[in-house]
Amino acid sequence: MAKALVITDIKKKYDTGTEALKGVSFSVDEGDFFALLGPNGAGKTTLIGILTGLTNKTGGTISVFGASIDENRELAKTYIGLVPQEFNFNIFEKVIDIITTQAGYYGIPRRVALTDAEPILKELGLWEKKDEKAMALSGGMKRRLMIARALIHHPRLLILDEPTAGVDVELRRSMWEFLKKMNEAGTTIILTTHYLEEAEQLCRNIAIINRGEIVVNEPTANLIKKHADKSLEDIFIELIGTTTI
Amino acid sequence: MSPTKIATAYYTLLRKELVRMFRIWSQTFLPSVVTTTLYYTIFGAFIGSQIAAIHGYSYIQFIVPGLVMMAIITNSYSNVVGGFFGMKFQKNFEELMVSPTPNWVVVLGFVSGGVVRGMIVGFLVLLTSLFFTHLTLFSVVTLVSAAVLTSVLFSLAGLLNGIFAKGFDGISIVPTFVLTPLTYLGGVFYSVDRLPPVWREISLFNPILYMVNAFRYGFLGISDTPLFMSFTILIALTIILFTVAIYLFEKGIGMRS
Repeated sequence: MAKALVITDIKKKYDTGTEALKGVSFSVDEGDFFALLGPNGAGKTTLIGILTGLTNKTGGTISVFGASIDENRELAKTYIGLVPQEFNFNIFEKVIDIITTQAGYYGIPRRVALTDAEPILKELGLWEKKDEKAMALSGGMKRRLMIARALIHHPRLLILDEPTAGVDVELRRSMWEFLKKMNEAGTTIILTTHYLEEAEQLCRNIAIINRGEIVVNEPTANLIKKHADKSLEDIFIELIGTTTI
Repeated sequence: MSPTKIATAYYTLLRKELVRMFRIWSQTFLPSVVTTTLYYTIFGAFIGSQIAAIHGYSYIQFIVPGLVMMAIITNSYSNVVGGFFGMKFQKNFEELMVSPTPNWVVVLGFVSGGVVRGMIVGFLVLLTSLFFTHLTLFSVVTLVSAAVLTSVLFSLAGLLNGIFAKGFDGISIVPTFVLTPLTYLGGVFYSVDRLPPVWREISLFNPILYMVNAFRYGFLGISDTPLFMSFTILIALTIILFTVAIYLFEKGIGMRS
């Protein structure tokens, strides 16, 4: 199977001396729904930052659908859609402008983006809010706006960094359904989450990162089977050796 | 990215800057017009009438090009430093960082925003001056070139300030303690030919002096500095700052952790 993402020996040492990533390597198959789990400060967001161009790496290589993020950065970036952990859109802008501006940065003209945005916003329940300023949206709507923005350039690899944090159960379930549909349609998805049942429900493969190192990387079903059918939460605590996730 | 996609990305960034600029027009366009009107009134009409002609021109005619240039410099600078730092502070600069938009297009987009604001405010300030005096046009090419190049240069300077700024203090220090003194001492209100030799020599180290004089030459045909020297300095500084900006973007300095 073709690889959507190949991460080889990625290292990150901050100026403060903190070693956030100590030679992380793993790969994600095209079409996979992949969970990247780990406790707070394990290095998940740093790794996503490196992958998407928000953080400089100290060493290692990454390729996205065969395009190196060092040698073919622009092409690699066109493949990726990022839903970051924190809201990072301009709250003074209208929903539709946030979407079309992001599309523009990918070279998609505004008139095309306006057409493309309609089904995405409708699917995410934001179409009625398209002319409202982002600051007027509820927390759940802001989360969905981040997903809509990440999808406007039709990425082949969607990276979601804790997309359901602080979202109520009902909305979380509807977001699961949406992501499942995206994955079934062919989009490769990488998800980081603190809700382990979310990873268990959605993801076919799981990597667990702890203190900058990958400690587990295998299919979700195998992982649960190997640990005598324990829940993923119990397995996680056993592997990480902490109850703080 | 293909040239068409690059053009779309550039237009998107410029459009975003223009929308922001016009949305807060009372903060972006009006202040310089109000301040300069006061300068025209006090230094031009009230005090200027008691000052002898400079190089054959009335005092207000002499200071108008300098005041227009001052407005262009401060507005180009503040537009970019404010816009860029605002995006960095709100983290929506990440929208650009994750996109495939090439770094040089991002630099060009921000600089173009600064130039547009500089030119609009410069034009408004120039228009206001016509209520106080009449102006001559000696060389349109010279004045337009000097205005645009200066605007590009200070937009780039504003971008560099925005890159290094870590807080709102960081975006006000340079304009307050560097830009304003250099502009006021850059021959806006006086001819350096009338200064004592020591102060004249010191003034020649101020790059803004060359910009103000090149612009004034375009209107009045007089300059305290050689025109060739003015444009050489302008072009050289622009190339240097553009190169530094691209280098910082490539390395992610002040942007990526």
